[in-house]
Amino acid sequence: MNVEQKLSKNKFSVDEGNPHISVDSSRLDADTIHALTVVCPAGLYSLGERGELHFDAAGCLECGTCRIVCAGHPGAMSWTHPRPSFGVTYRFG
Amino acid sequence: MSDYDVIVVGAGVAGATSAYCLAKGGLSVLLLDRGDAAGAKNVTGGRLYAHSLERVMPGFAGRAPVERRVTRETISLMTADSSVTIDFQKPGGMSDPASASYTVLRAEFDAWLAGEAEKAGCDLVCPAHVDRLLKDNGRIAGVVAGDDTLTADAVVLADGINSLLARQEGLKPELSAHAVAVGCKEIIELPERVINDRFNLAEGEGAARLFAGAPSGGLVGGGFLYTNKTSLSLGLVVTVEGLARSRTRLPDMFEAFKKHPAVAPLIEGGALLEYSAHLVPEGGLKTIPDLVSDNILIVGDAANLCLNLGYTVRGMDFAIASGQMAAETLIEAKNNGGDYSKGVLDGYWRRMEDSFVLKDMKTYKNAPEFIERPGTYNVYPELMDGIFSDLFTITGEPAVLARKKIWPRLRKAGMGGLAMDLLKGGNAI
Ligand SMILES: Cc1cc2nc3c(=O)[nH]c(=O)nc-3n(C[C@H](O)[C@H](O)[C@H](O)COP(=O)(O)OP(=O)(O)OC[C@H]3O[C@@H](n4cnc5c(N)ncnc54)[C@H](O)[C@@H]3O)c2cc1C
Ligand code: SF4
Repeated sequence: MNVEQKLSKNKFSVDEGNPHISVDSSRLDADTIHALTVVCPAGLYSLGERGELHFDAAGCLECGTCRIVCAGHPGAMSWTHPRPSFGVTYRFG
Repeated sequence: MSDYDVIVVGAGVAGATSAYCLAKGGLSVLLLDRGDAAGAKNVTGGRLYAHSLERVMPGFAGRAPVERRVTRETISLMTADSSVTIDFQKPGGMSDPASASYTVLRAEFDAWLAGEAEKAGCDLVCPAHVDRLLKDNGRIAGVVAGDDTLTADAVVLADGINSLLARQEGLKPELSAHAVAVGCKEIIELPERVINDRFNLAEGEGAARLFAGAPSGGLVGGGFLYTNKTSLSLGLVVTVEGLARSRTRLPDMFEAFKKHPAVAPLIEGGALLEYSAHLVPEGGLKTIPDLVSDNILIVGDAANLCLNLGYTVRGMDFAIASGQMAAETLIEAKNNGGDYSKGVLDGYWRRMEDSFVLKDMKTYKNAPEFIERPGTYNVYPELMDGIFSDLFTITGEPAVLARKKIWPRLRKAGMGGLAMDLLKGGNAI
């Protein structure tokens, strides 16, 4: 089962047009960009054909791991919680 | 005059316990959580060591939505295609309330606990996201949540490992990738009877299974499986620093773990109900920030109070006890004239020092270094695989005494390093 199928089992309420995380890859080095693609448990970071970083906040599990790997690069990532009543709602947890 | 004596931010186990104790102590309390309900944003592995909540609410397990009482513990050392397991089962021995442990699912459990706090008289509001702490002449005087400004004489910060508020206030530095692990977990539905048969459990009994080695691809970390009533909590925890350099994505590592021959039969036929992820503090004693300032106390994961000993993760019992001790300190402050300055609230730290919380964090202060030793995750699983394969494989070739086979394997694994690890491990845990 791939991670998209797993995420489809979760209860999400996506705050369209208002992502709670944004990343500026021009402020990151190659190692950190690689790190983002491997550490995210929801697999939300990926590389495009030209090696550019893609990210979509829908499906975020709100763990904070991406923020930690970017910590050495000030200004590269803005990470906050989704607004109340948005984001993931765990039914089991 | 403030709106409340105390505002508690975060209705996880730390915050809800604190709010419950504060309300019982006669203080006016507001408990806020950003989830749609208490627990809606929370994830744990699965096992609550009951002792600390038992002290707060004797006999709680008879009323709370706990899943199963753990009676069986296994630890498996795994290579890619083998596993060696230690299996400990003692149904009678872990049944008294103080030594029992229960598997729990946080959405239901936290909602129940916050409900108990409400019954004790605290106000609970969810979803309410605290955006920042309110300051009055430099003194913390409440919280700002959206359009609402709420005042209080003191704040308990129970907002979990990411604690954006503690960092905003400069109370806690950003977590280092070295001192934090990421855990991901699936809830897999199976009929109660199947779980009982598969894990050799009587009704109400539960299993806690840990897996080291191959699950984390040899990185610092491991897999876990806890049995719930009608589901399994299957998860993988990996230190962020190692994972960041790995070639394998965490979701793929998790899939490989599920396909391991020691794991696949355990989850066979189960249906995925939910996929979750959360950080685990595992830097130990060294990473605990200053937990006391004027008008504010930090509890639970927000205070990095969590122990990963390799064979077990403990965070919930620390969270509950710290929430209780923060409440006791604030109740005393209120009863002594309402002085919530740091000098008075330092009583929280002293209580923690006298309790199992800081004593255990001190006892295991070297555990983070020990669990980081690479041997734990690749050399030993290979060694065990070799020894047991030698012991149990008969091919018709002339036999060689077991000790003659084992010695070369021990030498290959590096006897010196092994002895050192045993010594250090013995000292650390
Ligand atoms: C994979 C994994 C396995 C684990 N296994 C175990 C185990 O088996 N046994 C064990 O004892 N421990 C285990 N732990 C550790 C344990 O789960 C934690 O230590 C425990 O949950 C901490 O509780 P807490 O109340 O401090 O924090 P949390 O449960 O994280 O609660 C924090 C609360 O604050 C809220 N919040 C955050 N920010 C805001 C804000 N700005 N405004 C309003 N609300 C906010 C959140 O919604 C949340 O409800 C595990 C952890 C993980 C991740
Ligand atoms: S918070 Fe966690 S799940 Fe969300 S994008 Fe970051 S790493 Fe992925």
